[in-house]
Amino acid sequence: MRKRQQLGETVIHGIFLLLGLITVGCVLLITVYLVLSGIPAIRRIGLFDFLLGDTWASTAASPSFGILPFILTSVYGTAGAILFGVPVGFLTAVYLAKLAPPRVKAVAEGAVSLLAGVPSVVYGLVGMLVLAPGVRKLFHVPDGSSLLSAIVVLAVMILPSIIKVSVTALEAVPPEYEDASLALGAAPVETYFRVSVPAARSGIAAAVVLGVGRAIGEAMAVMMVSGNVPNMPSLFQSVRFLTTAVASEMAYSSGLQRQALFSIALVLYLFVLLINAALNFFLKRDKEG
Amino acid sequence: MRNSSISTARKLCIRLMKALCLLSTAVTCGVALFLIGYVLVKGVPNVTWELLSTKPSYLEGAIGILPDILNTVYIIVATLLIVLPLGVGAAIYLTEYARNKRLAAVIEYAAETLSGIPSIIFGLVGMLLFANTFGSCLLAGALTLVIMNLPTVMRTAQESLKTVPVSLREGAFGLGAGKWRVVRTVVLPGCVDGVVTGCILSAGRILGESAALLFTAGFAHTLNGFFTGLGSPGATLTVALYLYAKEPGPGGAEASFAIAAILMALTLCINFAAALVGRYFKKRSAL
Repeated sequence: MRKRQQLGETVIHGIFLLLGLITVGCVLLITVYLVLSGIPAIRRIGLFDFLLGDTWASTAASPSFGILPFILTSVYGTAGAILFGVPVGFLTAVYLAKLAPPRVKAVAEGAVSLLAGVPSVVYGLVGMLVLAPGVRKLFHVPDGSSLLSAIVVLAVMILPSIIKVSVTALEAVPPEYEDASLALGAAPVETYFRVSVPAARSGIAAAVVLGVGRAIGEAMAVMMVSGNVPNMPSLFQSVRFLTTAVASEMAYSSGLQRQALFSIALVLYLFVLLINAALNFFLKRDKEG
Repeated sequence: MRNSSISTARKLCIRLMKALCLLSTAVTCGVALFLIGYVLVKGVPNVTWELLSTKPSYLEGAIGILPDILNTVYIIVATLLIVLPLGVGAAIYLTEYARNKRLAAVIEYAAETLSGIPSIIFGLVGMLLFANTFGSCLLAGALTLVIMNLPTVMRTAQESLKTVPVSLREGAFGLGAGKWRVVRTVVLPGCVDGVVTGCILSAGRILGESAALLFTAGFAHTLNGFFTGLGSPGATLTVALYLYAKEPGPGGAEASFAIAAILMALTLCINFAAALVGRYFKKRSAL
């Protein structure tokens, strides 16, 4: 009886261990699959020609597979989104965490959660039908589907993550710090920016990195507003991101072209892993600090 | 004695920072308001009973989104059915069983990595893993979404497991219960709130997901029952929106705005439900 019970406990322990290891298994599976299916094309094209080649003509008679335009577009697009999104998100977070009256805070946080929950295709749809024509009229360019439109959409899309994580970090600052600063004669606003923000800097850095991750991984919304032509990035030109490069040709690709798409996904995955490592670094420092 | 009031420059600086904060918040809220207002104004007039209750017909050139609605429901149900046991099990392992600190850290790191992976990569791997082995169908999409939502469910279940007091577990052990019995009778009932929250969050994410489904669940608009539906390709609401927006045939733009309005309304409902459930459980645990 005793023994049977013990056996049962061991079996159940084993089952839970297995369930716990599923996440690890999934990450390994994704990594292995991406590496295995991404390497062959890089081998055939050559690492330098693939990463630094500046023309992507996958369906031409003599195809060339250079993904530098995609990499640069993704980097510029993300940087642009950060440039617009971070100041707005950061200041909103300071307002919500420190300055806002409770009722305003409740309403604004509702708005932020709403932004976080809006499906990316809806962002894409509104961007396609409002933003792109707007950009076309405002800057007198022939086509509004451009890097600029994508940057604006991405900036809005990363706002909720930046605001939520920053607010959490700012609210976790010990009130003693602020009290001390106030007692020394600093005004409340000065205290928030000179004391609370530096004290929460790891959390805010994590928020920015999270935003970078969101922006670089977004596919659908960007696909609908960026025009999707493999040009070298320029603000008013139709461009293609790493994510959209994968999504737009996957449906009809074959052979080397298909393999090259997997290689693009691998490059994107490496970017994401790097960003995750940075995120973990900041979060850990936040916990220790 | 120095003047006790602060200098004009400082005052100006304070005013400026305050104004900037207020402006940013106004921009954020304004964008949210514009988005919801625009989509609802453009979309709601197009939400007709005919659109909601029929399937698209090429003969009549009419667009109906009933199949897409059903597909979305099927995929949410299927995903939650699979991801709940897995995620809650993983959370129970981490909080109740894991003795090995390093292993627990590895699992947590894996979950963190998983939640940072863009959905297009999930879509690609899902295509290689599932769609290429048994064809693109709703089940393949659901399995892809399971991997995607695993960290969310695990995290929320873990959070609520941490709130179960240790004294309850110790009491049960003291009465002679075995580990499994404690988990089953004391710990599991304590994580109901986490499971419900996890379900709501996951449902919201599945509702809005499109990139991961494009190459796994396919894009057919056929009307199916639950089990045939799982085995055959089908578009969810988001994918249908994308398809109609990309190739605007007759009525395509109207249909995509109608879907967008429906999605917005559902997103609002889900946000509201999440807030409500959160408040309810907070109140209950405070008692």
